[in-house]
Amino acid sequence: MLQRLRDFFAEREVLEVETPLLSASATTDPAIESLRTRWSGSGADAPSGQQLYLHSSPELPMKRLLAAGSGPIYQVCKVFRDGERGRRHHPEFSLLEWYRPGWSLSALIDEVADLVRVILDRSGLEHEVLSYRQLFRDRLELDPWRATPAVLKAVARAQGLEGCDHLELDRDGWLDLLMSQCLEPALGRGCMTFVRDYPPSQAALARLRDGDPSVAERVELYLEGMELANGFEELTDANEQRARFEADQRARRAAGQPVPPIDEAFLAALEAGMPASAGIALGLDRLLMCALGADQIDAVLAFPVERA
Amino acid sequence: MASYKTNEFKGGLKIMLDGDPYTIVENEFVKPGKGQAFNRVKVRNLKTGRVVERTFKSGDSVEAADVLETDLQYLYYDGEVWHFMDPSSFEQLTADEAAIGEASKWIKEQDLCSVTLYNGQPISVDPPSFVVLEITETDPGLKGDTSGGGGKPATLETGAVVNVPLFVQTGEMIKVDTRTGSYVSRAKEE
Repeated sequence: MLQRLRDFFAEREVLEVETPLLSASATTDPAIESLRTRWSGSGADAPSGQQLYLHSSPELPMKRLLAAGSGPIYQVCKVFRDGERGRRHHPEFSLLEWYRPGWSLSALIDEVADLVRVILDRSGLEHEVLSYRQLFRDRLELDPWRATPAVLKAVARAQGLEGCDHLELDRDGWLDLLMSQCLEPALGRGCMTFVRDYPPSQAALARLRDGDPSVAERVELYLEGMELANGFEELTDANEQRARFEADQRARRAAGQPVPPIDEAFLAALEAGMPASAGIALGLDRLLMCALGADQIDAVLAFPVERA
Repeated sequence: MASYKTNEFKGGLKIMLDGDPYTIVENEFVKPGKGQAFNRVKVRNLKTGRVVERTFKSGDSVEAADVLETDLQYLYYDGEVWHFMDPSSFEQLTADEAAIGEASKWIKEQDLCSVTLYNGQPISVDPPSFVVLEITETDPGLKGDTSGGGGKPATLETGAVVNVPLFVQTGEMIKVDTRTGSYVSRAKEE
């Protein structure tokens, strides 16, 4: 699999890069917890050692490279997420992440589809592109931009999602539950399904596209009822990016979560100017699960964390 | 009060939901690409045995249930409640009809039962997987029938009724699987 993907990018003249796994800052995304470690070498910021984070994605340093003029780049690396363990989740997993300066999200979607066909050796595997809004309208008859949490809760109940009467969620929380429990299992059956144009409240690091309503230039790839990749047409506005990081930090503080420092080096790179780019991260363990027909991530790991 | 976070969830964990103790049967961590993670769990009500599904926001906490599983020796039934004894401390406990449930059909004095205690009180009783009981009444069998093919009901000394092969007679001891309520074999008297 790794050989095929390296050949794929070599042919297309995308440069393989490596960025640090350890970082003084970490993602502010309230839904992702970073693992922490301590470095006590000479140069650490405290005699007791400096707190460093294991990265949850190589996104920010790779964008610093883009801002420095790297051109198209890709990376294969392990990433780390605290608290995530399940049939499809493991606290460390392999990610393929790549960036295409000057590309639109649509062009990137076509390239992702090409790559998956090559890696799975399924040249006839078709792909479809749905909008997030259309998906919810067609399958659940609701408008994800307008539905209230109460309406979404009623839909969840009508969909047979048991035991959620006591749940107190905001709109995005209910949409996440409906997406992962009611919609995702039917996506990517017999073809690759790309879902794009997310609500602005779920933009993460995506650029917003004005319109009625405005949407986030974000895409997710599903195959065999499983989420494989998440990509953006990248936000390059440093002020907007800082505002989103600070909103994340406020949300974390309010929820009593740890509040890691913002990556100032990344924001400085955005200020200096990052080319408009499309980028995506693809879970390689899950792609391997698809290739092998495995339904547990443990089936593609040499030693799961419980035995690591 | 002790509590568990969703990342401590696993099969067998005892938690409180709506004022009742439950045990987790199955726990699945689910998360969309970005955004809120959830734990979808199947839980069994320790009082009623009913299994229901619950969805939790990952990171939420749930109150721990003060539940203990222990082996107790069955002593006697006084017409109202069933008396048990802890064989190590000799402490005596009683189980009411709701707690004893189906187990009353199978247990005899001295039997060691797995009892679930909630706040120190028995709420469910599991009989031993296999018990040996005497048949108090069954129709006489047909001569010459040595194995099976058909069967007949037999009443046991505890009142339970099980289906037995035709050759088994009143007064014999038989071994019964209490999990399925089925006849296993004839047993030598102990």
